[in-house]
Amino acid sequence: MTQYFNEMYEGGEVRLPYAQLDDWMRNMPAELRQMKQAEAEALFRRIGITFAVYGEGGDPDRLIPFDMFPRVFSALEWSKLERGVKQRARALNAFLADVYGRGEIVRAGRIPAKLVYQNDAYEKEVVGILPPKGVYSHIVGVDLVRTGPEDFFVLEDNCRTPSGVSYMLENREIMMRMFPQLFRDNRIEPVDVYPDLLRRTLASVAPTKCNGEPTIVILTPGHFNSAYYEHSFLADLMGVELVEGQDLFVEGEYVYMRTTEGPRRVDVIYRRLDDAYIDPLCFRPDSMLGVPGLMDVYRSGGVAICSAPGAGVADDKAVYTFVPEMIRFYLGEEPILNNVPTWQCAKTDDCKYVLENLKDLVVKEVHGSGGYGMLVGPKCTATEIAEFALRIKAKPHNYIAQPTLALSTTPTFVEQGIAPRHVDLRPYCLVGERIELVPGGLTRVALTEGSLVVNSSQGGGVKDTWVLAG
Amino acid sequence: MLLTVDHVTTYRYSQPVRGVVQTHRLQPTAFDGQTVLDWQITVTDGIKGGHFRDGAGDHVQAWTIQGPVSEITVTVQGRVQTTDLVGVLRGHRERTPPQCYLQSTHATDADMALADLAASANAGAGDLAAAHRLSALIADTIAYTPGATHAATTAAEALALGQGVCQDQTHALLAIARRAGIPARYISGYLHATEDGTLHEAAHAWAELHLPDLGWVGFDPANRCCPDDRYIRLGSGLDAMDAAPIKGIARGPGTEQLDVHLAVQQSGQ
Repeated sequence: MTQYFNEMYEGGEVRLPYAQLDDWMRNMPAELRQMKQAEAEALFRRIGITFAVYGEGGDPDRLIPFDMFPRVFSALEWSKLERGVKQRARALNAFLADVYGRGEIVRAGRIPAKLVYQNDAYEKEVVGILPPKGVYSHIVGVDLVRTGPEDFFVLEDNCRTPSGVSYMLENREIMMRMFPQLFRDNRIEPVDVYPDLLRRTLASVAPTKCNGEPTIVILTPGHFNSAYYEHSFLADLMGVELVEGQDLFVEGEYVYMRTTEGPRRVDVIYRRLDDAYIDPLCFRPDSMLGVPGLMDVYRSGGVAICSAPGAGVADDKAVYTFVPEMIRFYLGEEPILNNVPTWQCAKTDDCKYVLENLKDLVVKEVHGSGGYGMLVGPKCTATEIAEFALRIKAKPHNYIAQPTLALSTTPTFVEQGIAPRHVDLRPYCLVGERIELVPGGLTRVALTEGSLVVNSSQGGGVKDTWVLAG
Repeated sequence: MLLTVDHVTTYRYSQPVRGVVQTHRLQPTAFDGQTVLDWQITVTDGIKGGHFRDGAGDHVQAWTIQGPVSEITVTVQGRVQTTDLVGVLRGHRERTPPQCYLQSTHATDADMALADLAASANAGAGDLAAAHRLSALIADTIAYTPGATHAATTAAEALALGQGVCQDQTHALLAIARRAGIPARYISGYLHATEDGTLHEAAHAWAELHLPDLGWVGFDPANRCCPDDRYIRLGSGLDAMDAAPIKGIARGPGTEQLDVHLAVQQSGQ
């Protein structure tokens, strides 16, 4: 029987960060709770925040369940997480600058050349092009799970355009509206500075050709995109224009935005569009979403694109296993946050171990996403495991394996009252001239009893995430 | 050899377009085999955009043309001093790791026939002899036949036809070289055609294969040789589209008609 770490209770005692919430929970009558839950749902509907987190697909208009029971970190716990996440963000950016520059880490034999240079996400179009301030990934979303009081593991890094931050902001907004007293009784670090920090981060990477206050825009694929709500939400909060490809055009050395007062030069583009679609002249010629000629402007220093084209090579599942190595290589430090131990089926010894222990492991495809082509050993029958073993043997290089992690739980409101449910965490690290991490993030919770899958497509919900002031 | 280039490309639109964006790889880069003496590019009504050298060392120059416009002329005039290096690209400043050129594209994907062809060359060693075998194999299996293929023909289709032009032969060579584990790239450039007609296509294309010790080496299956002092090298890429000297997008519903005049001549000092 696996023991799960409960973030609120330890041996029958309430852990310190949750002390105030214990009273709050005990003193809340069932009717009030139901009333508040209904109120929360009404608020979310009114705001219209109904998109699928992390592009998982599914009904775009479905409301993701919001759980009112906050997830809490002490100042001390957070300071370790903060140092760990920032360390990772620095190393990932150093890696990107290196592999599009001299490639020292490859020459030093610390990461296989093939993994980098033959990676689908590696863009030869930006080799030798240094983005403003040398930053490639301006918003790094690090997915974390906890297995014990001191034990955090990074599941994956998201260096391109991690979504979900609007949930972090809305969850807090709604909690403050519904339970103002809670925010008087607890000293909770604010997260509403995020849009301002994001704007300052983007402004700090304006190209040197920009003079004066930089003009920033958010480039969205349009309102059919599942995260469109977030794009417009962030544009509103930052006070910048939300544009689609057709609103921008290239002339001479610069990119301009069409406005009612005539063309206006754009200095920084926060794009929520994949590399393949941003410029039909450079990438996919059939893309109608991008801006023809944008990549030439970018490469000749006329505009900043965030995240920089090519940043995706740092957050691939196989590259992930080398992030601790990046931290040692570029920063000369030991990783503060652990990677999940990963077996590479491409290696003979690893593959042997994986095949012998399939019933205890999670096996993933190297380039898979959204939980497809995945084996969760403990949940599978002997036949399913035997079938999967054949697939691994046929294409070992296509698979990696990890242990099933004992994800921590936090109290969650359920039908029967309050019960522990498993959670993960995604903080959003901002990288510009400075590296900033807002104290908080998005906590996802698996609402089904015993489930370790927090994805909203499989019954996951979200929670407000508190960091207590020290 | 001192070569002069006179290259005029005219785009005519059936109805005026609102604007055009172009990106050019139209300027030869310097290496031990070629020195650019003078080189001029003009675009009618064009606004010069950004310029940079990409990771492969190519000069990339952006242009925009404001509409309404119904005709655009791109004129290239220049002189280049060339030296025969038997195909070896010596002294070329570039950054892109050769491994990047193992990546396949739609035009260069190896189907079963191309894979079999690659296997038959026994090119595992990836040395100079293997590269020559691969290039000869393409010259033997795809006959130079103008008009049999079109701009979007893939390497697999050209091999099935057994016919093609330099673009098709180059795509096929890239496909089998990459299949054999040799990094390979598409080169676009000019060729000084000889009077006796044994060399053709002034707007030319060939392949470069990356070999241990030698680095990048050019192979021209169309002429069964390695590029020498009759060749001017413009730019490189994963395939013809990636290496195109002129790429452009016009905004507007009109159809485009292309007219090219090109002369590459040897000048008497």
